[in-house]
Amino acid sequence: MPRIGVYVCHCGGNISDVVDVEEVARFASRLPDVVVVRSITHMCSESGQRAILDDIRQHRLDRVVVAACSPQFQGRTFEKVLQKAGLNPALVEMANIREQSAWPHYRSPAEATEKAKVLTAMAVERVRRVRPVERETIPVGKEVLVIGGGIAGIQAALDLANAGFRVYLVEEKPTIGGHMAQLSRTFPTEDCASCILAPKMADVADHPNIHLLTYAEVLEVKGSLGDFRVRVKVKPRYVDPEKCTACGECEKVCPVSVPNEFDLGLTQRKAIYLPSPTAVPHAHLIDENACLGLVPLTCGLCARACEAGAINYDDSPKYLNLKVDTIIVATGFETFDPRLKPQYGYGRFENVITALELERIIVRMAEGEVLRPIGKRVAFIQCVGSRDAQVGNLYCSRICCMYATKLASLLKRADPSREVYVFYTDLRSYGKGFEEYYRTAQELGVKFIRGRPGELQEDPKTKEIILRVEDTLTRRILEKRFDLVVLSVGLVPSKGTLRIAELLKLPRSADGFIKEAHPKFRPVDTPVEGIFVAGTAQGPKDIPDTVAQASAAASRAMAIMNRGEIELSPIKAVVDEERCDGCGECVPHCPVEAISVDGVARVNPATCKGCGACIASCPREALDLKLFSNAEIMAEIEAALAGKKPGERRILVFADDMCTYTLADGVGTAKLPYPVEAYIIRVPSSSRVTPAMLVRAFALGADAVFLGECEEAVSPYPGTLAAIRENVRRAREALEAAGIEPERIQYSAFVTVMFKKFTGLLRSLAEAVKRYGEIPEEKRKALEGAVEVPG
Amino acid sequence: MSEITRLDEEGEAFLTKVEILSGQKLTLCEQCGICSTSCPMVEEMDITPAAIIRAVQIGDRSVTESKAIWVCASCFSCTVRCPRGIDLAKVTEALRQFTLRRDVNYIDLREAQGEEYPTIALVSAARKFTG
Repeated sequence: MPRIGVYVCHCGGNISDVVDVEEVARFASRLPDVVVVRSITHMCSESGQRAILDDIRQHRLDRVVVAACSPQFQGRTFEKVLQKAGLNPALVEMANIREQSAWPHYRSPAEATEKAKVLTAMAVERVRRVRPVERETIPVGKEVLVIGGGIAGIQAALDLANAGFRVYLVEEKPTIGGHMAQLSRTFPTEDCASCILAPKMADVADHPNIHLLTYAEVLEVKGSLGDFRVRVKVKPRYVDPEKCTACGECEKVCPVSVPNEFDLGLTQRKAIYLPSPTAVPHAHLIDENACLGLVPLTCGLCARACEAGAINYDDSPKYLNLKVDTIIVATGFETFDPRLKPQYGYGRFENVITALELERIIVRMAEGEVLRPIGKRVAFIQCVGSRDAQVGNLYCSRICCMYATKLASLLKRADPSREVYVFYTDLRSYGKGFEEYYRTAQELGVKFIRGRPGELQEDPKTKEIILRVEDTLTRRILEKRFDLVVLSVGLVPSKGTLRIAELLKLPRSADGFIKEAHPKFRPVDTPVEGIFVAGTAQGPKDIPDTVAQASAAASRAMAIMNRGEIELSPIKAVVDEERCDGCGECVPHCPVEAISVDGVARVNPATCKGCGACIASCPREALDLKLFSNAEIMAEIEAALAGKKPGERRILVFADDMCTYTLADGVGTAKLPYPVEAYIIRVPSSSRVTPAMLVRAFALGADAVFLGECEEAVSPYPGTLAAIRENVRRAREALEAAGIEPERIQYSAFVTVMFKKFTGLLRSLAEAVKRYGEIPEEKRKALEGAVEVPG
Repeated sequence: MSEITRLDEEGEAFLTKVEILSGQKLTLCEQCGICSTSCPMVEEMDITPAAIIRAVQIGDRSVTESKAIWVCASCFSCTVRCPRGIDLAKVTEALRQFTLRRDVNYIDLREAQGEEYPTIALVSAARKFTG
């Protein structure tokens, strides 16, 4: 027989001013297995905690109920008290009589007291059935995969490698360096970009802890934190980088010229080429799509020119299987394609270019090569592909104001007689040293005009660009001819980012970039445990922010790996192997592919996120969820409906822990009233509530049931809304068959701030229940056995 | 001399009314001016299209007396380019309603032949018969 202690908290008046706590305590003392009941001013205080500890010793308590505030608020406190007493922390339950009764129902103390009693009874009935769970750990090693070799990937790889971790750095291009290697100078300091980057690139190549895989592609990732299995394809270079001295003799004889992607097609390169002047690995490679001589061997000039004998036409792709413990995604951005804004004429007008092209022109000019004239009159147009509903990119790309300021300054400095204009909507110089840099540009004579040009026209004879804009500060329409118009193109997720997000099942935010686990407190974690994100794969950002984020991602990965093992959340799906016949019905219902069938269904505890969406799919009721088992939840349902008086109505509200439960706490804290007959039951995800449970609730006296779940975009569990829809459909069918209004079951998705939606939906459900009237006893009886109760 | 415009409740009510009539959320406008340079009629206007929206935002009722709202040809050049997705053509139509609903400058279409009316006034008058 369990021995339960119940502690009712006054919360210094927060509860006791509304709820008659002594009445709740008297009521609790009559509940089954309860041996001690106390009411205490502050349960969470040291003296409150000591009271529990003393009682556990004196009265040999083995389970505890604290009727106080939200378990999200103080749950951990009381779990620690139990641990201190040598009890399993699962054996404490909180009845949330503050946020769910005293606060939202403060206007009707008598009803609030009755509700607090029921909430306490629910907690007692649940704790009677709770089974202690052991927290499992899995070992974690010290190997990391970094995907993407731009500045983010380089920084993360170096930090990890210097700390003694083994890094696989995979880059799809033949060299690392990313976009930063293409830039002229960096704002606001005007450092030469490749000069500060090249040494870091060389460090990567030399580092004994970094295994660099360039010209390589991640094909497949399986497994989870501590055991990611990665398949990588390394494309053939046809030149052995160990032997190649990058002397360039091969390039001289190669007969094929193609556009050089490093210069964005502004220059040509040969089919055998060095990808960039500072390429790492510093070796040539053959572009197999351009080379004449691979198959059949018709050319072979480069092989004859190569003194080192580095060229091998028989090279072939290599496939590697890696096992890593954590992954950092640093797959970067692409610039917005300005052809999608045809009114600016990019691709049609030769004097309209992108800012990245201007970067290459300036770099080449410094090297003594003039790729194109710049002219005396230059305009920059800001926000091309950013902050624009017409192309679907509502976000600010964050770096364009400053890179345009930088490029404008460089052009003005090179030739002070040049007229340089920047046409902007809002100028955002938010970073360290940015505002001062903006001022420097103004001192140089760069003109910032507040207006967004509608379209550009080309003078067909002179090829000058005619630009018209409203100066929105003087309300005049300005017109001017320019020799060069530079489009300050925004940032969009790179194709690699999109592909890797899909491969790793990483959710993306509305802007298309990879979503972080929490925008404030977990900014470099992804919702998938053990996978981190750094740099522009997560959203537009400049180099300092990218580097900071990369170091943050590296240290988050180190924090997990240094522990050597990780504790898994105890909430996991479990299979009753006696019942399971291995039909595999559950497999497709798992949103994270944690279930496999091997005679019987097996749940991988490292992958299972504990949503419980699988449970309702099992035809043999062999699945259950630890800590939120069928028996535990049914006990709560029964207690929530027990002692219902004639004419009284009760609505059960299943609330997912992440969104709806937090939302309900928020509603309570804001003292926003909602129907007092709504009783909230906390679940990891409402997809865990089976049709059988829903139907059983009505058989036991529920007048309506509401299921709340996280909105898909913020949910830790992908795909549970579909499972809820299906469960509700099945339960509604059973209700209808018994002649009960199926609309008595409702569900909705929330984020934690939708106070009005939550109270509004509950109010309209309560009103609908009033309209429907009481469910006659014979209809409730007809439900008995309509759907088997699992568990 | 700069006259002071008071930001008052009547101005707020005017903004709300224009928003209801046009179905557009005008506080969204960030005053980039792309509508003005996209407008083929801007040279005929007394105030620019972007200035029309700004006037409504600050509750300046005199915008209903502007020439610009009648010059607007509802060509939708502004609408397809607005980065905030505002349909400015609907806004000028809403502003024209302020005058049309007062029933001043009523045009009898049967007698309008050969008279010099702005095209948009004729369109508005005709709309009365077509619903």
